[in-house]
Amino acid sequence: MSAVTAEGRTALRRPNYRMRRRLSEAMAVALALVLIVWTLTPIYNMVLVSLESHGDVFTDNIWPAHPSFDSFWIVLSQGYWYLQYFWHQFGNSLYIGAATTFITLLVGSLASFSIGRMRLKNGWVVSNAALMTYVIPASFLAIPFYSIMIKYGLANNLWSVIFAEVTFATPYAIFIFQQYAVSIPIELDEAARIDGASPLQIYLRIYLPLMAPALVAVGTYALLLAWNEYLYQFMLLSSKRSMTVPVALAQFLNSDEAPWNYMMATAIIYAIPPVAIYYAFRRRMTAGLTMGGVKG
Amino acid sequence: MSSTTFEIVRPLRAPSLSLRRRSWRGGLQGSEFTWAVAFVVPYAAVFVAFVAYPVVYGLWMGHDPALYDELFSDPIYLRSVVNTVIYLGIGVNLKMFGALLLSGFFMRRSWWTKGLLLIYVLPWAVPQLPTFISIHWMLNGQWGLINNVLWDVFHIDGPGWLDTSRWLALSSVIASHIWKWMPFWTVILLAGRMAIPQDVYDAAAIDGATGMQRFTYVTFPLLANLYLICTLLSTIFTLGDFNSVYFVSGGGPALSTHVLATLGIRDAFQIARPDLGVATVMSALPLMIPLVIILMRKLRTTEVQL
Repeated sequence: MSAVTAEGRTALRRPNYRMRRRLSEAMAVALALVLIVWTLTPIYNMVLVSLESHGDVFTDNIWPAHPSFDSFWIVLSQGYWYLQYFWHQFGNSLYIGAATTFITLLVGSLASFSIGRMRLKNGWVVSNAALMTYVIPASFLAIPFYSIMIKYGLANNLWSVIFAEVTFATPYAIFIFQQYAVSIPIELDEAARIDGASPLQIYLRIYLPLMAPALVAVGTYALLLAWNEYLYQFMLLSSKRSMTVPVALAQFLNSDEAPWNYMMATAIIYAIPPVAIYYAFRRRMTAGLTMGGVKG
Repeated sequence: MSSTTFEIVRPLRAPSLSLRRRSWRGGLQGSEFTWAVAFVVPYAAVFVAFVAYPVVYGLWMGHDPALYDELFSDPIYLRSVVNTVIYLGIGVNLKMFGALLLSGFFMRRSWWTKGLLLIYVLPWAVPQLPTFISIHWMLNGQWGLINNVLWDVFHIDGPGWLDTSRWLALSSVIASHIWKWMPFWTVILLAGRMAIPQDVYDAAAIDGATGMQRFTYVTFPLLANLYLICTLLSTIFTLGDFNSVYFVSGGGPALSTHVLATLGIRDAFQIARPDLGVATVMSALPLMIPLVIILMRKLRTTEVQL
């Protein structure tokens, strides 16, 4: 008797269960569609405008009527007066990115080696200082930072921006390096010490090679931070030849009738390298992303 | 994604490692101390020259009480304070709560969720400036994509999102901010969820927990600390968020959507009153200092957890 009711119950429940599963699957698909539209709309808008001619931008098109890559060609050949120095500015962005990455890795790894491995007395003061820098929003420090750069005689100099980016990237570097270094056995340092290696040799021959994954993660972070940052570059660089791409891009907005198609083409060209780097190094980068990736 | 998130989660397993001896035997000997100091000097120099000095200089620039009298009698400033509070209160919470829910969604094990996640993190991968400029144009009342769609599909005349009403513009800014940063926090919370061992859920299932109970009694308590830290961190980053406001609404219409971060920069560079700009930013210190202190403690003590 009881067996019958039990069987009856499962028979009753099965279609119900299947329907509920199908319903939840349908809801998941609906949510996925909403997410795709929500995520891609601004990006689609960027592509749409960049493929239109100047006249078509000011119409009610929702897809390009006469798609062409002319705007991209104008940008690449510097064929518009706002884009006169495009490649030069692209080079500036690259230069700032490369220098920031190198200095951040150097300064950060040296400090983390000294504090974390050698256990420098009162090293915690330095870690705390770094942590504090990490949690202070960069935009809140911008105005006095600008005044100080003028005092240092670095206004309108690429190095002022490099120092700014290094300032905000190094705390993250120190934090990640210290965490990662925990997994490297201290005995390796000790063996080298017994063999008479100097701290510099231990740093170069043991610490740096074993830290390679963390160096890649932090290096990517620093490069993207320097490439993507706007506020400090806008404040500190004013002449056309010292500007970087984002500053030049924002300049477009000042003109009366902004050439939106050129602007969006510039924006896409500017965005491609970081997006490519992001997807290429995604796995490495996420190693430490919990702490950062947010600033700037 | 699993291998990716695994890497974030690895620090979670670190406590047992950190109990191990991590410093050199017998302390630093002879010239080693000199080396250790020399290694720290570059960072110390960066900190003193580019953090400590600007902070002190900023405090000095904004020390005059008259500046604050001026601020508090300025309606634009007062409105910006209200905007900042709304921006933080609504923007941060919507974003974090959305991220919490979506991180649960991305735990699904269907074949397309992985691909969807790759698309979903795109806003975070693209630099801020291009996307915010694109949103700015997209929301243009006359020729923007949104209103074009509204017109072509529904024959509705869309409003001027950014230049007619303060609330529409502020909502647009908040939505843009969420668009940009929700993927990042989703990935972090997803990593947090993945770090919860499956046995806990198995045990709950044996006790007959339903889907909702699984969340309230298992997932959320285990995720609460991470969620709190993320919210605090996000609050402080949002407080300093300059780009979304500056490029989406530009503070308009009629300076009604400025927040403290953008108003400070405007005071300093557009009306050439750097002292007033510093004072504007410094008026956020009563909120910032407690946040910084709590966060520094949390990040120090649960260093391995985040």
